[in-house]
Amino acid sequence: MASLHGQRVVRQEDRALLTRGGTYVADVADPLLDGAAHVTFVRSTMAHARITGIDVEGVRTAPGVVGVFTAADLGLGFAPMAVPVLPPAMARPWLAGEVVRFVGEPIVVILTERRDQGEDAAEQAIIDYEPLPVVAHPEDARNDEVLLFPDHGSNTAAVFGDEGDASEFADCEVVVRERLVNQRVAVAPLEVRSTAAAVGADGRLNVWMSTQAPQSARHAITRAFGWELDSVRLIAPDVGGGFGAKIGPYPEEMLVAWLVRHLGRPLRWLETRSENMVAMGHGRGQIQHITIGGGRDGVVLAYRLDILQDSGAYPSMGAFLPYMTRVMAAGVYAIPNVACHATSVVTNTMTTVAYRGAGRPEATAAIERAMDLFAAEIGMSPAEVRRRNLIDVASFPHTTPTGAVYDIGDYRRALDLVLDAAGYDELLAEQASRRASGAVRQIGIGLALYVEITAGPTAGKESARVEIRPDGRAMVFTGTSPHGQGHETSWAMIASDVLGIGLDDIEVIHGDTDLVPRGMGTMGSRSLQLGGSAVLEASEQVLDLARRVAAELLGVGVDDVVLDHDAGVFRQAHDAVGGASVSWQQVAVAAAGEGGSLAAGADFQASTPTYPFGAHVAVVELDSETGLVTLDRFIAVDDAGRVLNPLIAEGQRHGGIAQGAAQALCEEMVYDDDANPLTTTFADYTFISACELPSFELVAMETPTPVNPLGAKGVGESGTIGSTPAVQNAVVDALSPWGVRHLDMPATPQRVWRAIAAGHDLSSRQGT
Amino acid sequence: MDLSLSVNGESQTHDIEPRTLLVHYLREQCGLTGTNVGCDTSSCGACTVHLDGRAVKSCTMLALQAEGCEVTTIEGLAAPNGTLHPMQEAFRAHHGLQCGFCTPGMVMAAVSLLDESPNPTETDVRHGLEGNLCRCTGYHNIIQAVLAVSRESS
Repeated sequence: MASLHGQRVVRQEDRALLTRGGTYVADVADPLLDGAAHVTFVRSTMAHARITGIDVEGVRTAPGVVGVFTAADLGLGFAPMAVPVLPPAMARPWLAGEVVRFVGEPIVVILTERRDQGEDAAEQAIIDYEPLPVVAHPEDARNDEVLLFPDHGSNTAAVFGDEGDASEFADCEVVVRERLVNQRVAVAPLEVRSTAAAVGADGRLNVWMSTQAPQSARHAITRAFGWELDSVRLIAPDVGGGFGAKIGPYPEEMLVAWLVRHLGRPLRWLETRSENMVAMGHGRGQIQHITIGGGRDGVVLAYRLDILQDSGAYPSMGAFLPYMTRVMAAGVYAIPNVACHATSVVTNTMTTVAYRGAGRPEATAAIERAMDLFAAEIGMSPAEVRRRNLIDVASFPHTTPTGAVYDIGDYRRALDLVLDAAGYDELLAEQASRRASGAVRQIGIGLALYVEITAGPTAGKESARVEIRPDGRAMVFTGTSPHGQGHETSWAMIASDVLGIGLDDIEVIHGDTDLVPRGMGTMGSRSLQLGGSAVLEASEQVLDLARRVAAELLGVGVDDVVLDHDAGVFRQAHDAVGGASVSWQQVAVAAAGEGGSLAAGADFQASTPTYPFGAHVAVVELDSETGLVTLDRFIAVDDAGRVLNPLIAEGQRHGGIAQGAAQALCEEMVYDDDANPLTTTFADYTFISACELPSFELVAMETPTPVNPLGAKGVGESGTIGSTPAVQNAVVDALSPWGVRHLDMPATPQRVWRAIAAGHDLSSRQGT
Repeated sequence: MDLSLSVNGESQTHDIEPRTLLVHYLREQCGLTGTNVGCDTSSCGACTVHLDGRAVKSCTMLALQAEGCEVTTIEGLAAPNGTLHPMQEAFRAHHGLQCGFCTPGMVMAAVSLLDESPNPTETDVRHGLEGNLCRCTGYHNIIQAVLAVSRESS
């Protein structure tokens, strides 16, 4: 059997998804959930207010209502902090009882017989508010004039790096500064948050949750309520997208578990999209000040990034993300002086969390905008400035000034490949011709190089267990928790290559803590390099065990036994095909007969994170009369090490590129100056669709990493990390004839049109 | 109120609340959970089914409006013997699905699109599927899958 590694194997999971649809939490039809009541939250309509009264009498008498709970009824205090180092005084109450701090914060829980009754009953809740001054913007939060948590004494939740001083730019001929907004976006997985729970016959609590990390969710719930770990079984069924926002359980989800334990009645919770938009964590949300300095020869000598991170009302993962931004601040460049300082502040908005890339896109956006600004200032091409500052291929492992140790890369080759594939010179010629002719439709060419960190920030670990059943089939148990990444196929490919068992005879099990008690889940582009490596090691161990059993069955020494991968049987070494052999089934039965089992577990511990890299070119067309920007072409080189399944890896790249382009072109979660969310449905939030995107031109590049036996780095987020600045740079490039040096994302027609109009004003003023 | 219609070739009669949306009827009364709900503004298309052969967003109409109609959901698209519809086959071959949540609606919309326009350009397909959102976002391969079906059937 030829190795499957590198083959475009179609996914094992697709048939069910294509014929009956996935089984998401709302689809789970476990008998334990028969007669489940439905959970509805009454949410704050105010961004910051003292609650002076909660009247739920009308709720109690509404049709179908079987339970109503306020903070006072729960008596539970505060939900645990998702990131332990954050200030305890900023903890979120399970339900708001005294103060609300963002629109959408839950105040009352209603349980009803039917789901629609919950919506009706919620209308009967009367909440009296005494408005408090609102902190809508992180720059206002930093002033500490209005405090969200007076007990903490400031709005600052976390600080990273040191302030540094200005001396690092003293030797620079040219210094450029800019303020960049990496805007808040909605994560918007197509499946909203959903949890169901019921007590089983054994008295244990069964929880079905739409999560990226079921094992961690079980830990979080049991720790929060002081329960034994084994008292909860947590199941992540099919999950309709996560993108970072489903890593940790939210208070709503944990409360569902608590209520079931408290009441003994099964419950289901399924939020609406409008709730999801205001009450699931948002992504990004950084205001960045960049300073870049160097010589007119294009060599950059110093770079400084100051970050103000919007953590939202109750700081969580988002408050921590500048740490990741700081680690990756230097990008692909050998800049001698790099400093990064970050402050995370709280505002009266929804909490920010991880979102595809989670801190690294913000780093790349900053340095790649900085490079273009520097190039524009000295009048050199963006490609040439980058080329002059790249980390040399011979210098890996490379330690950056902010402490990252890049494992391996060849950034120059990525740049060459992408420029060649894009036809960069022809594009420049086309652009020059359009500019010369004063065409209404101009083109912009954007370039971005990136390096990112996957399976970080510290050395990661994942577990796997491989078991051969008496029928000769293999079961692969993994601690990763796929929600679109295709692990059922990829892990089966890895096991098949080792064991010589066909894909159809391998079953991959994930997402059920009874079957897989240990695991870290899927986030941070960690799964293949850690979880896949664990599957590889467990498979190899099972093969060792099997060879010993086969040796006994064949009556030969262990060293004389080989696995015939093509036939999937064990033979004596050098024995001709057709000679004595034993099958996996025979080996498994024999092993079971001896009281043993043919199974092995492995914990793969990486020595370091890995650092995928790449180069992206975006070509946009600008309608200078309307401000409409169209992404015409997108060319991407992404090197994520050795590729296991190109079909799946390309899908991950496509997805990442599209989401990154979405941030650059159209998406923004908008709050007004009173912190009212304005983009609370998909009718208001400009979620990118197929007609705003071109087909992508992908260029293959593989530089295996020495960090794991698969040679693999993560690929799920890198598309996003490169594409956002590539598209943004293309937009700014298209606008450069109007004197535009920078334009914040998203490049909406209105914003672009205003930049052009301002440019016309500028040129008319200059003309007079 | 009484509702009678055909769902995936089978006659169905149910007594339903008048305000029940078609999607909730399909999921809750018929037990066909392949059709998903992704938003509450008719924006995402995860709930797309065929009503008398044409794609509709089943969250945008009352179940009672389907009285006497033939509804086909993703569960009814493959042949009774399990042979996949060419669109299902193409989505699989081209990796046109990741998390799968948009997939039933996307496939139903794509089938309807080719029924109406058998030889679309890439731009036609992109615009034709504008009302079906994929967050993963696998539009590239989805478009490739639809174009492949169009090529193979022409």
